[in-house]
Amino acid sequence: MTNVNMKRRDMLALGLGAGLLLPLGRSAWAATGGSHKKLIVVFLRGAVDGMNVVVPYAEAAYYNARPTIAVPPPGRAQGVIDLDGHFGLHPALAALKPMWQERSLAFVHAAGSPDETRSHFDAQDYMESGTPGRKSTADGWMNRLLAQLPGPRSATSALSFGPTLPRIMAGPVNVANIPLGRSAGAQIPLDRPIINAAFDQLYAGDDSLSRAYKEGIESHKKVMSDLQTEMVEADNGAPSAQGFSQDTEHLAKMVAQNPAIDLAFFALGGWDTHVNQGAGEGQLAQKLQPLGEGLASLVKGLGPAYRDTVILVVSEFGRTFHENGNRGTDHGHGNVMWVMGGPVAGGKVYGTWPGLVGNELHEGRDLPVTTDFRSVVSTVLAGHMGLSLGQIDTVMPGAPGVSNNVSSIIST
Amino acid sequence: MTSDMTLARHLSDRLGFGPRPGDLNAIAGMGPEAWIEQQLHPQSLMLPNDLTTRLKEMEALSMSPLQTLRAFGPPAERAINAKDNPEKKKELREQARFIPSQGVEAKLLRGVFSPRQLEEVLADFWFNHFNVYAAKGLDSLWTTSYDESAIRPHVLGRFRDLLGATARHPAMLFYLDNWENTAPGSEGARGNFTGLNENYARELMELHTLGVDGGYSQADVITLARILTGWGFGNRNGETNEDTARGRRRVEGRLSALMDVRRTGGFIFSSDRHDFSKKVFLGHAINGRGEVEGDEALDILASHPSTARHISFKLAQYFLADTPDTRVVETMAETFRSSNGDIRAVLKTLFTHPAFLAPSAFGTKFKTPLRYTISAVRASGVPMRNFRPLFGVLAQLGEAPYGCLTPDGYKCTEDAWLNADAMTRRITFAIALAGGRLPLNMEPTDNSVSMKKPERVADRTARQETANAPAGGSVVDPDALIETLGQQLSDNTRAAIAAARPELRASMILGSPEFMRC
Repeated sequence: MTNVNMKRRDMLALGLGAGLLLPLGRSAWAATGGSHKKLIVVFLRGAVDGMNVVVPYAEAAYYNARPTIAVPPPGRAQGVIDLDGHFGLHPALAALKPMWQERSLAFVHAAGSPDETRSHFDAQDYMESGTPGRKSTADGWMNRLLAQLPGPRSATSALSFGPTLPRIMAGPVNVANIPLGRSAGAQIPLDRPIINAAFDQLYAGDDSLSRAYKEGIESHKKVMSDLQTEMVEADNGAPSAQGFSQDTEHLAKMVAQNPAIDLAFFALGGWDTHVNQGAGEGQLAQKLQPLGEGLASLVKGLGPAYRDTVILVVSEFGRTFHENGNRGTDHGHGNVMWVMGGPVAGGKVYGTWPGLVGNELHEGRDLPVTTDFRSVVSTVLAGHMGLSLGQIDTVMPGAPGVSNNVSSIIST
Repeated sequence: MTSDMTLARHLSDRLGFGPRPGDLNAIAGMGPEAWIEQQLHPQSLMLPNDLTTRLKEMEALSMSPLQTLRAFGPPAERAINAKDNPEKKKELREQARFIPSQGVEAKLLRGVFSPRQLEEVLADFWFNHFNVYAAKGLDSLWTTSYDESAIRPHVLGRFRDLLGATARHPAMLFYLDNWENTAPGSEGARGNFTGLNENYARELMELHTLGVDGGYSQADVITLARILTGWGFGNRNGETNEDTARGRRRVEGRLSALMDVRRTGGFIFSSDRHDFSKKVFLGHAINGRGEVEGDEALDILASHPSTARHISFKLAQYFLADTPDTRVVETMAETFRSSNGDIRAVLKTLFTHPAFLAPSAFGTKFKTPLRYTISAVRASGVPMRNFRPLFGVLAQLGEAPYGCLTPDGYKCTEDAWLNADAMTRRITFAIALAGGRLPLNMEPTDNSVSMKKPERVADRTARQETANAPAGGSVVDPDALIETLGQQLSDNTRAAIAAARPELRASMILGSPEFMRC
């Protein structure tokens, strides 16, 4: 308990020092007396090269396998940020270093799906349905999770950022999708009562279009009111964020106004680095940097709500251990999962590290999967979201459950 | 409402982007069978003069990959010493934006105005099936050429020709990295070209031909990658490795490279990076003979029964139903096999199948954003000289043309596109279109769009759509619109429209549940 309080104090000190965006809205955090537990999932589509995110820099095999794309050891130019003497964090993720230091950031290495497909689309599908190897599952695990959370539920209990609804959020329970970028929360003609009434009549039924229409109107109103608040003044003329940072800023503002937000999802593409992926700088680094900064701004913007938030960063599979013939990497197997948040027992790389020599590799080429991604999710669902074993089995049917090597990742 | 008009609407909606004023009467007049035949043989249909004139003005449509590379790619960058002149480099980049922009403009204008409607929806279907992404490096220079020369000439032809054209086009070779795929230890292996790259080989089987469950292994992926070593366009300067080798080989290599380039539109086979060993691919022995091994592999893939099924399923999903009847798919696959992959024959099997012509199939597909926006402009009969507002709306809705990053292309199913935000955005567009708020007929000062930042155009369009200026009523006559669409509205929609203010009626038709579907 003391430990948790310490962490929170450290975190606030950290935030204030860096010009924290304090939620000042009418339903500001402190006034609500706490809130729902939150889970935010960030999906890196295209298979991020986890071996270059959390780098086993202490192993010679790593440098032998990657003559041009290995990230140098700590202390060298563009070298990794040391994590634990064995692993190091990619230098483009420096924005996450404070979270590691205050122990709210952990990693699970050699994690992934038990299904061995190297198809992006099947692997993403399995990770989003939560049922590896089974294509017939109709809904996504975050939708099933939403159904298990205690009510009351609002139009914005679960948010997905982007113009289409991803598989992970698909299912019977309503999920709001929020436009990316500036147009989130802007006025539309449907806000005018006469127009609204006319279209309400067109979509008065209970068919799938009418339901989507009604959800759309409701969530649009909610998002507009959440985003158009005193928070605007708190920005104090700071240059507006771009891309992922802007969207995480929107999420943070919405959470500050509306503590009833339970789940949120982002997807970021462009991680399929078959060619010229770079080492300490280059293509992958250019993708990691805005991701790290966006996550850091999310932590900052969440303020005290970070205490009740877990952020999971996942990707469909890892990439080949050896660099390929074009200074890139091909589709592999095991990867690293990122777990961040107030309740996380961070500052540690979890999982069972298999080693990188000879038959320690999966099919002689890839990092194996020693931790099923569903074990990590299940641990978060149990330890953070407070789900019972029966509920977890509904969200992740047939999953191996909490496994020993990650069971302590949520501090209770 | 006659059943003739109902069927005409179905055909117009599925074999095209929906009716323009007068289209349904024309289809009903000539009879559905004759109209389907005409769409399957589009050469006889003349394009309108305005469209032909505009297409002729778009020089990017006929520029080869080599031309665009030399004019705007690394050779041009070197000529202006771009390394030391970042501003000049930026200028060059901006100049080159007309290339993908004209490809997108042509696609949207043809969608709205071409009477060869089936050709247009097929161009969309096949582009997505063999997707490339215009914001990835050199593909900003090559995607337009890819669409014009690799996709469009073959949309009703033989699948094998389409497959071969995409396999050899530099846009695909670059997008899925095969241009760097090199036999390890081969003579030409150096620099960035030192070993295998599995990317294209995998997607070629998973997405383009067999399908993910089509019966291949990781070993087949690697074998196919080895077969395709050396398939590329030379290096970024459009030269082969032979060009940089010493002595007589250099001259010969350069000559043959240039001849190759002229013959093949940029494709070059680099024998010095090829794996000449014997291989076994999907049970077939392949002798190490060089470039032709790739053609052998494409033959094997194109004639594989899994490919017949996979392609038939995808076509049926696009034209018939999100979950098409497996018997229909099997019938199409049978035509695919017996006709050696004649796309026209496979489509004819589908379009004349009782399941396709049954009223129970009508109005059951949720339109993709592309279908929705183009069908709205068509039905409204409004002029369009400026494609940017449509591009902006498509970017808002998540389907910017040439903007799909992943090789699976944009989906065509309801679960991919129907969501809460999509509905309010489509209605916002319908209101703006019917109210004349979109500058569709205003010649733009800047006729290009950024493939890297489509959200810029999306935001601008959003501002135009929601501008506070008085709407100025409707520029579309609701009664004419209902006539154009063959009167096909539900009682509830009719009642809601009748009860609404006159200036809202056209937007309500375009924003109605019936118009969201096709």
